[in-house]
Amino acid sequence: MDKPTSLNFEGAYCPVPHVHEGKILLGHGSGGRLTHDLIERIFLPHFSNPHLDEGNDFARIPSSSEGGRLAVSTDAHIVSPLFFPGGDIGKLAVCGTVNDVAMSGAIPLYLTASFILEEGLSIDSLEQIVISMENSAREAGIKIIAGDTKVVEKGKADGCFISTTGFGWIPGGVNIGGDYARPGDIILVSGTLGDHGIAVLSARGDLGLETLIQSDVAPLNSMIVDLLAAAPDTHVLRDPTRGGLATTLNEIACQSDVCIRLYEENIPVHPSVRAVCELLGFDPLYIANEGKLIAIVPPAQSEDALQALQAHPLGNNAMRIGVVEPEPRRKVLLQIPTSGSRILDMISGEMLPRIC
Amino acid sequence: MRYIDEYRDVKLVHILADKIAKTVTKPWVIMEICGGQTHSIMRYGLDQLLPPQIELVHGPGCPVCVTSLELIDKAIEIAKMPDVIFTSYGDMLRVPGSREDLFSVRASGHSIRVVYSPLDAVRIAQENPQKEVVFFAIGFETTAPPNIAGVIQADLLNLKNFTVLVSQVRVPPAIEAILSSPFNRVQGFLAAGHVCAVMGYWEYEAIVKKYNIPIVVTGFEPVDLLNGILMCINDLENNQNIVQNAYSRVVTRDGNLPAQQMIEKVFQPCDRLWRGIGLIPMSGWKLREEYSRFDAEKKFNVQNIQTRESDLCISGQVLQGIKKPVDCPAFGNLCTPDNPLGATMVSSEGACAAYFRYARDKFPGEKSRK
Amino acid sequence: MCLGIPGKIVEFVVSPGLRMCKVDFGGVIRQVCIETIPEAKIGDYTIVHAGFALSLLSEEEAMETLAALRELSIAEDQFDQEWNSGSMK
Repeated sequence: MDKPTSLNFEGAYCPVPHVHEGKILLGHGSGGRLTHDLIERIFLPHFSNPHLDEGNDFARIPSSSEGGRLAVSTDAHIVSPLFFPGGDIGKLAVCGTVNDVAMSGAIPLYLTASFILEEGLSIDSLEQIVISMENSAREAGIKIIAGDTKVVEKGKADGCFISTTGFGWIPGGVNIGGDYARPGDIILVSGTLGDHGIAVLSARGDLGLETLIQSDVAPLNSMIVDLLAAAPDTHVLRDPTRGGLATTLNEIACQSDVCIRLYEENIPVHPSVRAVCELLGFDPLYIANEGKLIAIVPPAQSEDALQALQAHPLGNNAMRIGVVEPEPRRKVLLQIPTSGSRILDMISGEMLPRIC
Repeated sequence: MRYIDEYRDVKLVHILADKIAKTVTKPWVIMEICGGQTHSIMRYGLDQLLPPQIELVHGPGCPVCVTSLELIDKAIEIAKMPDVIFTSYGDMLRVPGSREDLFSVRASGHSIRVVYSPLDAVRIAQENPQKEVVFFAIGFETTAPPNIAGVIQADLLNLKNFTVLVSQVRVPPAIEAILSSPFNRVQGFLAAGHVCAVMGYWEYEAIVKKYNIPIVVTGFEPVDLLNGILMCINDLENNQNIVQNAYSRVVTRDGNLPAQQMIEKVFQPCDRLWRGIGLIPMSGWKLREEYSRFDAEKKFNVQNIQTRESDLCISGQVLQGIKKPVDCPAFGNLCTPDNPLGATMVSSEGACAAYFRYARDKFPGEKSRK
Repeated sequence: MCLGIPGKIVEFVVSPGLRMCKVDFGGVIRQVCIETIPEAKIGDYTIVHAGFALSLLSEEEAMETLAALRELSIAEDQFDQEWNSGSMK
């Protein structure tokens, strides 16, 4: 396809030339000149790498020479507003999938990114999102090697949806999975809970909150490398995203067929996050995180694991928060200082602010 | 957080629990009549700390649970009307109506928005002059001033597109209804601290005289609740049928007089249907005639509501403390928070939801630890 | 029925209609209607429910309650010590 020679070009359906005034048009998703212009102007300069620059509809990647396994993860990212304190949908998209791949013990290497853009989205906003993805990719040490763009009519998408698929190589001898938690294992969390969910909620503006809370969105793979160096027999890694810590631990308790006991007073929550939760009647244990991980490690390596997390910039507030027990199976118990334990269930539906 | 953390002090909690155990000599049934207190008791496991002689029952103090089915069905009909933005506290969205709930109505594409404060609903009305904004004004006395503030603000701003669907209920008539029931087992009450912050506690003086029971105005933190229970047990053991105030840092006998004047200006008493319980005379408030232009029931005139309650749901008996959630055959199987048959399984402070969430009955082996 | 949280009044807000102020809840600030508490001052603590200030918190009453509870706590400790030492048996 010829590269356009100027920035003023025809709309996709009308022979009369018109300028799109810096907004996404339906024509940008048609695969024709407008699409190519968008790719050349916005995506390629920021995502450029040998795979992408080949200009094919596919990318070819070499297999690992060390006999490892391929880890793949895919995710769709929908967030409103697109830009929030601490990040944006682009950073979320890259970090979210990098983290999912890294939770297998893999070294994340490549990402694909598919965009569904709403007609009318400002191209400046799109470029900001793409720059954010470029920065996050660089921070994570990964390359974005394939992509796609479609445009839907105004009102059919919240500005922008991004779907990403990530790939990484799991080194030989690394076995991490949600079904490997064993009685006696220690449960660690890498930092304060609820930051991302509350930051996004505050940014929406409906609840009239003024706060300095920032999303914790970040790529965790470098911290995982340090963790696995200190605790190579780590059994489980997972990031507590939607549904929060409570939901994620319930999933693991079921996968591994064990009981998980948490100590409430050890669970780190930022005071401002706690204040918002008190005000609205939320429980921080059910709120999404995008830059935290849960590690379940054998007791002999738990101290080293905790120190490795705490030594990393993303894990300064890491805490030991619980232990795996044999019974009651497939349950998560929260031990509360005032009295005994209570069951901590998965999230049920959506968390809504309450007056009662 | 100041004025919160001190009242969650673990040592104080255990000291109070010990003191309660040493004070009680016979069995007593105490009712707390505020869903926020139910929630707190469950969340902190306070019922596990009480000696076996004390039975704590949970009263109809959850406005979400007691809003009449007819009104929920009306709310749903109004929410489905074109050009309506229906606004509500988050608690109401999952309460089952006869056929559906507001949540599923939202999922069908109708405009339903959750607000933290009624004044936010007024702002939505200002920002959307071409739409009709309706606010679901539920609550006990605590929520009357904020709900009324919405009406007054809309009046001051001369808005023509804001109305409220009122379901206000009052505590003292509910207490009298419970105490005058032939099935009543309740011997002492913990009165709702924030209701009393607005109304004071002078209204309860006539009740304690008439029914010979003690009432203690109680807060919501673990120390406040146990302190309230301790004072109530002391009164019961010493046959003292008086009103006491265990939440004096917030509540005075007279209450918030400007707030009461605000209520008097905009609302007048009326009969109310309590879901699961029935009609309690003069147990609610409605808008005065002068404010009828803000009444959504009048503006939208929804007729022919055919209510249909689940046959299995016993929430009425749970709300009156006659049965416990675990006594219900549907509890935990046909009726769960994901698929609630009645309102008490929906609200996070409804007794059934609280029991389910903390699943105390499924876990008999756990004893309280000191 | 009453999720009400204490917060500190930090600023009065000029707005059309009802009197409003800004309340700080441990680092998070929200506008609150202060219409029914005309005596409220900057620095006062108030209980807020659904964006509405219900009453002021009395520092004095709070101190008294905590003091009484702490006395109880000391009395219980003494009781336990004496009980455990056998002097009361």
